[in-house]
Amino acid sequence: MGRRADGPMGGTAREERPVSPSAHPPVLESQAYSFWYGPTQALHDVSCAIPRNAITALIGPSGCGKTTFLRSINRLHDLTPGARHEGDILLDGGSIFAPGTDVVALRRRIGMVFQRPNPFPKPVYDNVAYGPRLNGLAPAGELPDRVERALRQAALWDEVSDRLREPGTALSGGQQQRLCIARALANEPEVLLMDEPCSALDPIATQRIEELLVELKQTYTIVIVTHNMQQAARVADYTGFFYVGNLVEFGATQQVFTRPVDERTEAYITGRFG
Amino acid sequence: MSAFRRHLTSRVMTALVVVLSFTAVLALLLILGNLVAKGASSIDWAFFTKSPVPAGQSGGGVANAIAGTAVIVGLAALIGVPIGVGAGMYLAEYGGGRLGFLVRFIADVLNGTPSIVVGIVGWTFIVKPTRHFSALAGSVALAILMIPMLARTTEEMVRLVPNSLREAALALGYARWRTSLKIVARTAMGGIVTGCLVGIARIAGETAPLLFTALGNLNFTLNVNQPMQTLSLQIYVYATGPFDEWHRLAWASALVLMGLVLVISLAARWVTRQRYGSIR
Repeated sequence: MGRRADGPMGGTAREERPVSPSAHPPVLESQAYSFWYGPTQALHDVSCAIPRNAITALIGPSGCGKTTFLRSINRLHDLTPGARHEGDILLDGGSIFAPGTDVVALRRRIGMVFQRPNPFPKPVYDNVAYGPRLNGLAPAGELPDRVERALRQAALWDEVSDRLREPGTALSGGQQQRLCIARALANEPEVLLMDEPCSALDPIATQRIEELLVELKQTYTIVIVTHNMQQAARVADYTGFFYVGNLVEFGATQQVFTRPVDERTEAYITGRFG
Repeated sequence: MSAFRRHLTSRVMTALVVVLSFTAVLALLLILGNLVAKGASSIDWAFFTKSPVPAGQSGGGVANAIAGTAVIVGLAALIGVPIGVGAGMYLAEYGGGRLGFLVRFIADVLNGTPSIVVGIVGWTFIVKPTRHFSALAGSVALAILMIPMLARTTEEMVRLVPNSLREAALALGYARWRTSLKIVARTAMGGIVTGCLVGIARIAGETAPLLFTALGNLNFTLNVNQPMQTLSLQIYVYATGPFDEWHRLAWASALVLMGLVLVISLAARWVTRQRYGSIR
């Protein structure tokens, strides 16, 4: 927790959400990052600074590179055959692509929640305990406490506290997704990447997760890909708009949604295409 | 096409499919029925506990062959399962490159190799250098038959594990090998176990590869450096022999072997059901 204690506690009430970059110093910086799947270029010179202890939404039409960019941040593309990149992404000022970077350690600092809930076919408890147990974050005696804390953070504890031995796959879709969030949180990452975490969920489960995000940004930096512009407008402090592999616009959510600089952003958020 | 013709075609095709599937099942029923009719009466306590008696005398059993089958097949599984499953894991998780292609190709060729050829290989590389037939040589031959089968079924099963589970583990900070071992292999475990059981059932009935390796033995032995009897070898010797008493025992041995294979196959089905129960 120590490394996060010095971070500013960003605005809690929506109205006073601070937008000046100095209030949210960047934790991630993308520098002219380009990415190719084989011969196909998926990202073009993406540059942005993602602020700490804030929610950053990435929006844009399907196939525009949002998810590709998200998966670049924790180097999940390392296993994609034929993938290559140019430019750089910095985490706390250090390149994540620097030679000798421990990818496994990097992924422990950058958690991820996927589009579809993907709990392991194991008990609920083990799903959450896997990360900390593997990464030696907690002595065996403290593991149950840590599991409970992560499940409480993900607003799932009350529903599963008496079902910890049941397989994670037996939960409902919304519960599974919150289980996946708890699993990521139990690792105590600095950054939480979320790839359309609500796309498979009903409005009630979506609302729970949105409330959760706003709570979590006290401690975590959250980057969320979403197709739902209302969602971006509701929860995000910053918003980036991707279009055919370009980061067209990036700024405070309020500015992007009310006074977009680029006409393509305006066209997208007003529903004229996309 | 008129409605009448459409219905007629549908009826005829349905009837045809039912008849054909019944024919397929009929073969199994005929074999089982025949075995029970001719073999069941010879199965008694002595059949399981006594070794064969000299030709011409009545009585005796096939305890040597039952124990030998267990030893030879068990040893073959001990050798074959780790290699076959390991190769399958490699093929599924890391086998994208040229080496993977080569291994897959070799496995397919080996899968199609006649079992008698594998027996000759066992004879050439183990029996000849050691100058005697042995159960061990038989186990090695059976393991060679088993490995490519297990490699390919394991590969199939491991490929069924959704990629999202691998990504979830990697994103939690699992190293690649740990992801394969802890998440992927465990998730595919039911299918892998089923594959192993089917493979074991398959080799339990093999005769040809054992003719040149385990040879057969009318006395009870558990020494893997000695020639050893199996049920399949026993059936081969007794069924081709001149005595009625031998024929009787051959039928009974065939029934026991068939029952054994059936039990293993049923166990495999049961494990498969458990698997679908757990993954959903």
